Amino acid sequence: MSKVQIMTGNQAAAVGATLSGVQVVAAYPITPQSQLAEIMSQQIEGGKLRAEYVRVESEHSAMTVCISASTVGARVFTATSANGLLYMHEQLHWAAGARLPIVMCCVNRGVGAPWTIFNDQQDSLSQRDTGWLQIYCRNNQEILDTVIQAYRIAEKVYVPVMVCFDGFVLSHTMMPVDIPDAGAVRKFLPPYKPHTILSPEDPRNINPVLFPGRRENTEGVLCDGYMEMRYKLFAALDGARDVIIETDDAFAEVFGRRHGGMLWEYMTEDADVILTGIGSIASEATVAADMLREEGVKAGVVGIRVFRPFPKEDVRRALRKAQAIVTFEKAVSYGYEGGLCSDLKAALYGTEVKAPVHGCIAGLGGRDVKARELAEAVKASLADIEDGRTEKTLWLNCFTG
Amino acid sequence: MSKRDDSISAMCTPAIGEAGKTGDWRSSRPVIDHSKCIPSLKKKAACFLCWLYCPEGVVKANIPVEIDLEYCKGCGVCAEECPPKAITMVREGTADE
Repeated sequence: MSKVQIMTGNQAAAVGATLSGVQVVAAYPITPQSQLAEIMSQQIEGGKLRAEYVRVESEHSAMTVCISASTVGARVFTATSANGLLYMHEQLHWAAGARLPIVMCCVNRGVGAPWTIFNDQQDSLSQRDTGWLQIYCRNNQEILDTVIQAYRIAEKVYVPVMVCFDGFVLSHTMMPVDIPDAGAVRKFLPPYKPHTILSPEDPRNINPVLFPGRRENTEGVLCDGYMEMRYKLFAALDGARDVIIETDDAFAEVFGRRHGGMLWEYMTEDADVILTGIGSIASEATVAADMLREEGVKAGVVGIRVFRPFPKEDVRRALRKAQAIVTFEKAVSYGYEGGLCSDLKAALYGTEVKAPVHGCIAGLGGRDVKARELAEAVKASLADIEDGRTEKTLWLNCFTG
Repeated sequence: MSKRDDSISAMCTPAIGEAGKTGDWRSSRPVIDHSKCIPSLKKKAACFLCWLYCPEGVVKANIPVEIDLEYCKGCGVCAEECPPKAITMVREGTADE
């Protein structure tokens, strides 16, 4: 039977990893993730989880340990934040290129310089092109459930999954969370089977140098070159959408909760203006949508749950009736605009959705984001669109001189 | 028609020639002067420093010593290590001295 407990987002993630039966955990503490790594070490040290906890000297090594353990067939878990994630960068590419189903929590935080310990999503958004699947959570229940789902997805498509949730806003905020039954989770999540079984009887050299061209090996197999291997990773992420949706459906069948698959919608059915965002800011946007509706503006929300693979078909469907779209993002691509804003516009290009898309950069480095500020920004955007201004990037609640 | 590569990550099996004929990479080849080479002179297993130092494992510790030029990349380590200087590196495209 399931039971409800009050817990932080970090605790919820740790419960999710424990229920998933992880066998190796390697982590290095960094705020706001430290508590998550601490709980995992307590679980293992206290005999509640039969796993190996590897204390490493850096995040780069944490990911290296995960890569090695996953290669030999262990289900592995790690967590990091901000500059720690950036320090892993090289190994993130390696994990994806080696097609290892590692699950990592990124407890989202702004990156230095200047130093900050507070929340935004610049850390994980800047790892967009490492080949990891990225899922963003909006509350603590979704964190727990998504960690479990992430293993099932990762081990089906052989791509590592980053489960992202906002630092402090979720990581240190307590909410009631329904803990799924351990036996049911075991059934939902079959044991991990690596794509390549290593054995002394069949020795092989993994991830050797590949040359620009394809080549025939000594057994007469025409082996892929570097570019074919890149294509296989690209195709795996492209095809992951169906697995993500199927996993969310299967989860709902067993545990009675679904989290939207690729994205979730709030009052979009008759909405003229759609607010979009990633993670907890999209939750805040639902409050803003309520406020706007009280003032007679038909607003709805599309919360992006999966950022890679990008939910292109899903946004086209969810935004098909929109007259105006405003994105709220806790990250920015310097020299252009928010990454979600760009990707959204690219997904809509050439389709029947002609609504203007305005981008708002909000809440960087823990700057408070209030629902009424989101609502005001939407009203200002609607007025600008009325005046014919189709493009705009606004820095919300920020002194810009 | 060769078989299809079904692996989703890059890998190779340890076998001679797995990475192709790497001797193609060579710009200079090692040439042994058996009148100076210790095993040839003494007619017994001796020295074999070329075999010990070869990073590619293409030297055969035979009497006389043999080098597999199909896979020798021409690095010249054997010539450098040879105590009686019996090995010379000869530019490819020119005749043995």
